[in-house]
Amino acid sequence: MTRVATRWCGQSIERVEDGALLTGRGRFIDDLGIRSGTLHAAILRSSHAHAKIRTIDAAAARKAQGVAAVITGADVRAVSASLVAGVRAPIECWPIAVDRVRYVGEPVAVVLAASRYLAEDALELVNVGYEPLPAIVDPLAALDSKHPALHEGLGSNIASERSFRYGDPEHAFARAAHRVSVTIRYPRNSCTPIETYGLVAEYDASEDTYDVLANFMGPFSLHAVMARALKVPGNRLRLRTPPDSGGSFGVKQGIFPYIVLMGVAARIAGRPVKWIEDRLEHLAASVSATNRCTTLEAAVDGDGRVRALAWDQLEDVGAHIRAPEPATLYRMHGNLTGAYDIRHVSVRNRVVLTNKTPTGLNRGFGGPQMYYALERLMQRVAVELKLDPIDVIRKNLVPSNAFPYRTATGATLDSGDYAKALETALSQGGFAELRERQQSARAQGRIYGIGLTAAVEPSVSNMGYITTVLTPEERRKTGPKNGAQATATVSLDPLGGVSVHAASVPQGQGHRTVLAQIVADALGLKPSDIRVVADFDTAKDAWSIASGNYSSRFAAAVGGAAHLAAEKMKAKLARTAASQLNVAAQDIEFTGGRARARGNPDNAIPFSRLAAASHWSPGLVAEENQALRETVFWSPPELTPPTEKDEINSSLCHGFIFDFCGVEIDRVTGAVRIDKYVTMHDCGRVLHPGMVAGQITGGFAQALGAALYEEYAYSPDGAFLSGTFADYLLPTTTEVPTPLILHIETPSPYTPLGAKGVGEGNCMSTPVCLANAVADALGLASVDLPMTPAKLAAHIHGAEKSARRPV
Amino acid sequence: MKPVRFDYIRAGTLAEAHAGLTSGGDDARIIAGGQSLVPMLSMRMARPTLLIDIMHLPELTKIEIEDDAIRVGAGVRQAVLLAWPELAERQPLLAAALPWVGHAQTRSRGTVCGSVAHADPSAEIPLTLLALKGTVELSSQGTRRRVAAEEFFTGLMSTARQDDEMIEAAEFPCRVAGHGYAFHEFARRHGDFAIVACAAIARHDGVRLAIGGVSDYPVARDFPDIDGDALDDALDRLACDLDARDDLHATADYRRALVRRLGRATITEARRCRA
Repeated sequence: MTRVATRWCGQSIERVEDGALLTGRGRFIDDLGIRSGTLHAAILRSSHAHAKIRTIDAAAARKAQGVAAVITGADVRAVSASLVAGVRAPIECWPIAVDRVRYVGEPVAVVLAASRYLAEDALELVNVGYEPLPAIVDPLAALDSKHPALHEGLGSNIASERSFRYGDPEHAFARAAHRVSVTIRYPRNSCTPIETYGLVAEYDASEDTYDVLANFMGPFSLHAVMARALKVPGNRLRLRTPPDSGGSFGVKQGIFPYIVLMGVAARIAGRPVKWIEDRLEHLAASVSATNRCTTLEAAVDGDGRVRALAWDQLEDVGAHIRAPEPATLYRMHGNLTGAYDIRHVSVRNRVVLTNKTPTGLNRGFGGPQMYYALERLMQRVAVELKLDPIDVIRKNLVPSNAFPYRTATGATLDSGDYAKALETALSQGGFAELRERQQSARAQGRIYGIGLTAAVEPSVSNMGYITTVLTPEERRKTGPKNGAQATATVSLDPLGGVSVHAASVPQGQGHRTVLAQIVADALGLKPSDIRVVADFDTAKDAWSIASGNYSSRFAAAVGGAAHLAAEKMKAKLARTAASQLNVAAQDIEFTGGRARARGNPDNAIPFSRLAAASHWSPGLVAEENQALRETVFWSPPELTPPTEKDEINSSLCHGFIFDFCGVEIDRVTGAVRIDKYVTMHDCGRVLHPGMVAGQITGGFAQALGAALYEEYAYSPDGAFLSGTFADYLLPTTTEVPTPLILHIETPSPYTPLGAKGVGEGNCMSTPVCLANAVADALGLASVDLPMTPAKLAAHIHGAEKSARRPV
Repeated sequence: MKPVRFDYIRAGTLAEAHAGLTSGGDDARIIAGGQSLVPMLSMRMARPTLLIDIMHLPELTKIEIEDDAIRVGAGVRQAVLLAWPELAERQPLLAAALPWVGHAQTRSRGTVCGSVAHADPSAEIPLTLLALKGTVELSSQGTRRRVAAEEFFTGLMSTARQDDEMIEAAEFPCRVAGHGYAFHEFARRHGDFAIVACAAIARHDGVRLAIGGVSDYPVARDFPDIDGDALDDALDRLACDLDARDDLHATADYRRALVRRLGRATITEARRCRA
C-alpha cells in the first residue's frame, strides 16, 4: 500500500461534531420533526419469563382515548415473515410474541395512540391471559434434556454444537508436564448507551414500500434480514439514520426487530408510527452481551510455556437466536490463543437458549468472555507453577519477528511487536515501583494485589467468520461468505467544495472529523474545507452488508476507503491540472489549497477552480478525468472464508494490549480501590490521538463497570432483577480513575492508512486484569464478575460467627 | 415511563395547599423537589391524581434556630441547608451526613423535608433526624402537630403522616456541648442509597447509634458507655435484631458485618470527637 505524507492525520484537531453537541443542537432521533398524523407506540411487555399466551383482550384499550390500533403477534404474523434465525433450524423468531413468551420484557402487544401518554394509559387496559411455564435461566440447566425445548423445532435447548481441532492437542496434553485449568461463569451485562432505541416508520401501500428512520448502527447485512421479514425486496425498505446518535457500543444493532415490528404497525395503522424506547424497556429487553460458561485447560511445560489449549465454551444467547448470533461466540475464533504462540487447540462450542433477553452486539463482542478465561488461566499457570506471571506472559507471546503470524485457529496477526510493547509498558508504566508499593502495603497488613493482561484486539470483522458455526459441508451448500466491504464517497460541487460521505453510521465517535482530516491530507486542503455528512440513507448512499459502526472498523476500513476515494479524485484532478499547467500529471502536487507543479510553486491553479471545472466546463475536461463524485468500495483480500479445516481469519487487524494494575481491597467493606492502572496499546497508526484516548478511556470505564458493578441479573424463576439504573449500576465519574495510557505504533500492512481498531480493547482486557489483581490480593483461585463488595468481603470476613445469626 | 394523568396546583398560600390535601385525600400528593416522586410517577409506582407544589411558599423556605433546634422548612433544598454557614457549628452530624445525600445535582433540587416524607429506608436525612431525636412538624386544614422522629417512621416508606397532612418543617436538635458526632456510610457507588449507614452520638455516659439501610426504616439504639467485647456483643445483638435481607447489592450477612464493623468505627470516631 502506498503511504501519503500527512499533515492533519495524527493531530488531535477539534471535533467538528462538538459545536452542535455542546450547545444542545444535536439532531437525535427524538429531536427530529414528524409528519402530522404520526402515531406514538407503546409496547406491552411480558411479565413472565416463560408462558403460553392463552388470550389477549384489547377491546377496552382499542376504545380508549386517542388509540388508533392495538397490534398483537397474530397481526404481525399475518403480514410479515419470521426473522431469519442465527442457525439453520426450523425455528421462528418474531419481533413480538406469537402464542408464547420466552423472556421478561418480550413484546406482547403494541398500542398506537395520539401520544405516548395515551398509549401507555391504554396499555394498562390490555388483558393478557398467561399460562405460566417453567423457566430455564441457568445455561447449564439448558443442556438437560428433561427441560422442554423453548423452540420446538430445535428438539432441545442446544441451538448449535461444534467441535474443532487444530494441530495435535491430544498429543500435547498427553506429554504435558502440567495441566492447569479454569472454570468461568461470565455474567450478562451491557454498555447501555445514553440514548435508547428510537425510530419513525412509514409504509406506502401504493408502492408497497417501507421507509424507516432509526438510530440503527448496522451491520447492514441485517437490512436483508429486515426486508425479508417485511416481505419486500431490498429496494422497498428504505432505511435512514438521523444525523446524531447518542452512543451505541454495539447495542443499537438490536433495534432491528423493532424496525420490523413498527414497520408492520405503520402498515396496519396506515399512518406513520414513532417509537422511542424508554430506559425500563431498554434495560429489560434491548440486547445483552452473552453470558458464558467456559472451562479452559492448558498443557504447560515445566517452565510455564503453554503448548496447547482446550476450550469448552457454553454460550447463552437468551430466548431467541437472533441474527447475527451466535456471532459473539465466533468473533474471537481466530484469536482463541490470544497474544500467545500456541499451536495446538481443541474447542467445543455449544450455544444454548434460556428464558432471558436475546443477546446481540456489545462492545468487546466475545472478547471479554474469551479473555476472561484465557488471562485468568495464564495467572493460574504462574501461581500453580510458582512462576512470575510476567515471565509466563513473556515466554508465551508471539515472537517479535513472527509477523504476519498465522494463529492455530486461522487468524493472521498482521503486525506487532508484543515483547517491545510489554517491556515499554513495564518501564514507562512503573511496574517495579508498583511491586514495591504492593510489598509495603502488605507489610502494613493491607490487602493489595497486582493484575496483568496481554490481549490481541481484533478489528474489522470478516463477514464470513460467523459461517464457522456451520460445518464445511454446510458451508459448501450455502456458498462462501467473507469480506468487510467499506465504502466512502468524495464529491466536488460547482464552487469547488469537497464533500465526503461514508456509510459508517457514527454514534458519537467523531467520524466526521477524522474523515475530514484524511481527505484534507489527500487533497492538500484544511479539514475545515471538507464537509462530511454522516447521516445515511439506503436509498441514496453507497453501502454494502458490512456498512455500519461495529468491530472497531472505522479507522482501519472506512477511513482507508475515504483515503482511497480522495486519492482517486486527486488522480483525475492531477491529470486536468497537468494539461493546464503544462507538466506531467505525476509532477502535480496538492498543497495549501492549490494544485501546482512540483519544483515550480508559481505554476499553480487554485484547488477550487480545478475542482469546479468538471461542472462548468465539462467539454474542456477529458471524459476519463471528469471529477464530480468518486465512490470506493474496499474489501481487504486477506478476509477469506473459513477453510476446509475451519481456520478463519476472523478479523483483518490485530492491535495489541498489555495492561497491569494495582488494587487495594478494603478490609471492612470489601470494596475494590484501583490504585493504579496502566494500559499499553499498539493500534497501528494513530489518526487522532485525542479520539484514541477517548476510546480507551471510555472502554476502560465500561470494562470497570463490568468488573465491579454491572450485571443483568435474573432470579431462578426468570424474573429480571436489574430493571432500573438503581439496580444496574454504572460507574460514574467518581468511580472511574484515570488510566495511564501508553502507545507504540506498528502500522497494519493491510489497511490503506496503517490504522487498526482501538475501540473495544479495554472491554476485553480490563475486566480480567482487575480480576487477576483481586485474585492476587485475596489469594483466590476462582473469582467471577461482578466483584461486588459483598462477594469479596465474604472472603475477607470468613463465615459469620455470631451465635445470634438469624436463620 | 409516562405518568398517569394528574392535576397540578401551584399553592400560593399554605391554606391552598391544605385545602388541596383535604379535597384530594390519599389521591393528593405534595411535590417539593420531586427527586423521588417524579421517577415514581414516571414508572407509575405512584399514581396521585393531584400534585400540590409547595415550592413557591416563602414561609417554608426558612432555616431558623428555635428552642435549640435547627428548624428546616419544607421548601428548603438539601443544597441550601448544606451551604448554610452555621450548619457545621450548629449540628456537625447533619453537616457530615448531607454530602452523602444523592449527588450535587439531586441535592440542588431535592428538599430536606421531602426526604423525610419519602422515608426511604436507606436515606441519610431520616437517619440523622432519628439519631438526633428530632421532630417532624405536620399541618393540615385547621390542625397542627409535632411528631417525634422515633414515632414518625413507621415502616417501609411509610410514616405517621395522615393523608390530609403535610410536613411543614423538620427540627434537628442542635449540637450539645461535649457530645461527639460521627457519620459513616457504605454504598456501592458514591451517591447511592446506603447499604449500611451509621450515625453515632457519643455522650459522657453512653452512646446512641442509628443504622440506616438494613431495616424497613432507620433504627436507633442507646448503649451505656461500654467498649471492648461488651460493645462488640451489643453491636452483634443490634446487627442480628435488624432483620437484614439479601438483595441484588448485598447479602444479609454482609449487612450485619457492616453494622458491626462500620458501627464500631462510627462510635469510635464519635467518641474521639467528644470534647
